Amino acid sequence: MLAATILALLVVMVLALVRALLGPTIYDRILAVNVFGTKTVVLIAVICFTLGKPEFLDIALVYALINFVSVVGVLRYFEFRSGSRDQGAGRHEYTPGEGGAGS
Amino acid sequence: MRYTLALFAILAFVWLANSGHYTGLLLSFGLVSVLLVMVIARRMGLIDQESQPVHLLSRLPRYYWWLFTKIVRSNIDVVINVWRGPASISPVSARIPARFHSDLGKVLYANSITLTPGTVAVDIEGDEVLVHALTAGGLEDLRGGEMEREVRALEK
Amino acid sequence: MSDLLVDGLSGLLLALGCLFMVSGAVGLLRFPDFYTRMHAAGVTDTLATFLIVCALMLQAGWSLALFKLGLILLFIFFTSPAASHALAKAAQHSPLRLEPVAEQGADEAFPEPGQGTEIAEPALEADAANADRA
Repeated sequence: MLAATILALLVVMVLALVRALLGPTIYDRILAVNVFGTKTVVLIAVICFTLGKPEFLDIALVYALINFVSVVGVLRYFEFRSGSRDQGAGRHEYTPGEGGAGS
Repeated sequence: MRYTLALFAILAFVWLANSGHYTGLLLSFGLVSVLLVMVIARRMGLIDQESQPVHLLSRLPRYYWWLFTKIVRSNIDVVINVWRGPASISPVSARIPARFHSDLGKVLYANSITLTPGTVAVDIEGDEVLVHALTAGGLEDLRGGEMEREVRALEK
Repeated sequence: MSDLLVDGLSGLLLALGCLFMVSGAVGLLRFPDFYTRMHAAGVTDTLATFLIVCALMLQAGWSLALFKLGLILLFIFFTSPAASHALAKAAQHSPLRLEPVAEQGADEAFPEPGQGTEIAEPALEADAANADRA
């Protein structure tokens, strides 16, 4: 059953990659990459049970953290690159976070 | 003080449970990193009621259970819509009232909306949440106010 | 006997998890616009991950692995809505912007074409150029 799960995970990751290639907007691509990353975490966890090496779970844990940080980082880049018509409201809500995470 | 202690307990627990090696050297590394994180958190002003809602602790399990059943139900709905194809969905977006005592309540509410598939909280303005839903039924369900009541019971 | 039960239960959870996961991925391909695809991605992120990690937890038994799996699950459940919200919020600053009236999809790119003053014009053009590039 674990082997079948790995196969299903790989199929899902390929489907996510197809969506990332098709686009059409940058946000669709980021969404697909986010799904890809989450599935990678699960894939690592399943693989570590197939191999019988529970210490690989640490890698999955670290990958979950990195995935979240990288997705949010990429999003902030695109949000503020095209954010010139942002009129006040959104900008103000984001200022405190910017001090903590930005610099 | 209470929140400082809570943060210390949580961080120490995470370190101890994740490390699995209990020698003097590694334990002292753990203490140093926990203290470092606490200093950084204090400098950023993160140690307060909002980031460590220990006062909610006793009511959280009930809410989580309710949210879990809700997530299961909406997952099944979305999967049915996926297999029926794009003809079966009717994407809508609307502002939903979100009146809570604290910002924490709003955050919990918006996060719960996003966590249940089929509805996504896009933006919060004042006492309203901008919600995008996959079907009109999902939006009506939210307007019914069951989730709002649960969150309000949680933060009270 | 109880081993057989645990194995069967974990196999069942894995199968269900795979089903939900593949459904979510199919939805990611099938749905017509960005916001609806986000709902499909939500399925793979929440219930499918939960089922698979629970199946692994059953196989792990009482050990350190159980705790780490729990931590992974907790972390995915805490970060997934934050990432979804950040994505939706970022899309608000693009031509995909949603209007709060109930309407089909997000085809209304520019909310107030009538009020376009000189100050707003360059920004709108920048956005349109941006959409072309994306």
